[in-house]
Amino acid sequence: MSPPKSHISAELEQELTFLKARILEMAGLVGAHVAGAVAAMVSGDVAAARSLVAADRQVNQAELLIDERCIRILALRQPAASDLRFVAAALKMVTDLERIGDLAVKMAEQVPHLSPAAPLGAAQALPGMAAEVEGMLRDVLTAFVDVDPKKAEQVIAADPPIDALAARLIEQVESEIRRDPSVVRAGVATIFFVTHIERIADHATNVAEMIIYLARGQDVRHPDLT
Amino acid sequence: MAEPAAKLRTVNLNIHYGDFWALKNVTATIGAHRLTSLIGPSGCGKSTLLRAFNRMNDLIPRCRVEGRIELDGQSLSGPGLAVTTLRRRVGMVFQRPNAFPLSILENVVYGPVIHRAARGRDLVAIAERCLSAVGLWPEVKDRLDGEALALSPEQMQRLCIARAIAVEPEVLLMDEPCSALDPISTLRIETLMRDLSRRYTVLVVTHNMQQAARISDETGFLLLGELVEMGPTAELFTRPRDRRTEDYVTGRYG
Repeated sequence: MSPPKSHISAELEQELTFLKARILEMAGLVGAHVAGAVAAMVSGDVAAARSLVAADRQVNQAELLIDERCIRILALRQPAASDLRFVAAALKMVTDLERIGDLAVKMAEQVPHLSPAAPLGAAQALPGMAAEVEGMLRDVLTAFVDVDPKKAEQVIAADPPIDALAARLIEQVESEIRRDPSVVRAGVATIFFVTHIERIADHATNVAEMIIYLARGQDVRHPDLT
Repeated sequence: MAEPAAKLRTVNLNIHYGDFWALKNVTATIGAHRLTSLIGPSGCGKSTLLRAFNRMNDLIPRCRVEGRIELDGQSLSGPGLAVTTLRRRVGMVFQRPNAFPLSILENVVYGPVIHRAARGRDLVAIAERCLSAVGLWPEVKDRLDGEALALSPEQMQRLCIARAIAVEPEVLLMDEPCSALDPISTLRIETLMRDLSRRYTVLVVTHNMQQAARISDETGFLLLGELVEMGPTAELFTRPRDRRTEDYVTGRYG
């Protein structure tokens, strides 16, 4: 049985629903930009990569709007308990989402240096690695929609293998450069690409931690400090 | 942080007003030198619980009190503690500033005079100490013989608090002490309440959740006579344990 809702709380409810929809939109947008950067890299489509750089503007606009709405709710509604946790989590998540957008841009910027005609061995692993991280982004989105801390924990658990893979790929690029110094530019671009994907997984992990806080009121970051 | 020593405690407290069951098996601990707020919708029993601690409910006809109420571990209903002694040790401040139609000085020292605790020049010293403690001394020191009823509502509430502390109580019970005041006066009385909680154990009933959040160390939430949840204020407002507390503090309780 849910208690009757007052008029004021109905307004807050609407504002929170609006906020959630904007966060989902922004998350969808940065997810698409990451996928776009990977697709441009695979096909060597420099024009598509360039269009992504411009599209980041929308992500930044979404960040400003979400921040503004959060501050407004804090000032006018004085939310408490799960509502407060939602707004606090939203304020932090939006920063991670914006960074993911920036990293998609940085990946797109490397596309001209990654020739699909003669890729490095390590570069062939990039689409697979990117697919894993895109999966993390999708899962974290689902966890947010359903306020599902278990799903968020799965996202957090997926991060260490990505870190390990990134370290392996960087080593592989190093030895490829040592064998053939002429591939140094492509090698550097590949290392950037790997590092950016790895960072995106970190940001997805941060968002997942916020979802656990939102659901349980429990801060799971830095377990060594709590 | 270490558990503060219990100043006030109830164990399985039940209070009935005739057929109305106002408090249901309430077991609560109020820490010494803490500021504790009681929140909950009208009729939830928060004022009844507050009044239990200086036996104000005894005055209400057909009121039945069952269970244990303690001050420093001593039962309030036992023979060891006379009601007059109890009410000297546990002072009360009400919603409407209820100054007596007497001078400012006579208001403040009313308790010590009744208890024959002081006279003459001592009374002025008590007045200065108590009026200073509530921040009223600079405003009224030159008109102690003036009418208390001529003061502003905030000044009058400060006067009532000064009167309550003049008998050197250990506990201050406050029933909606700011609800008759404007926001600025409210903020100043809240600051005073924080100061007082360093020297006294303060228990406040408030309708204003933000007030409880601003001022109190601990908060208890009552609903339909039941103490649903009691704990550190920051926890109650960020991650309440009980669904009913969650609904109330998020404004979803209609």
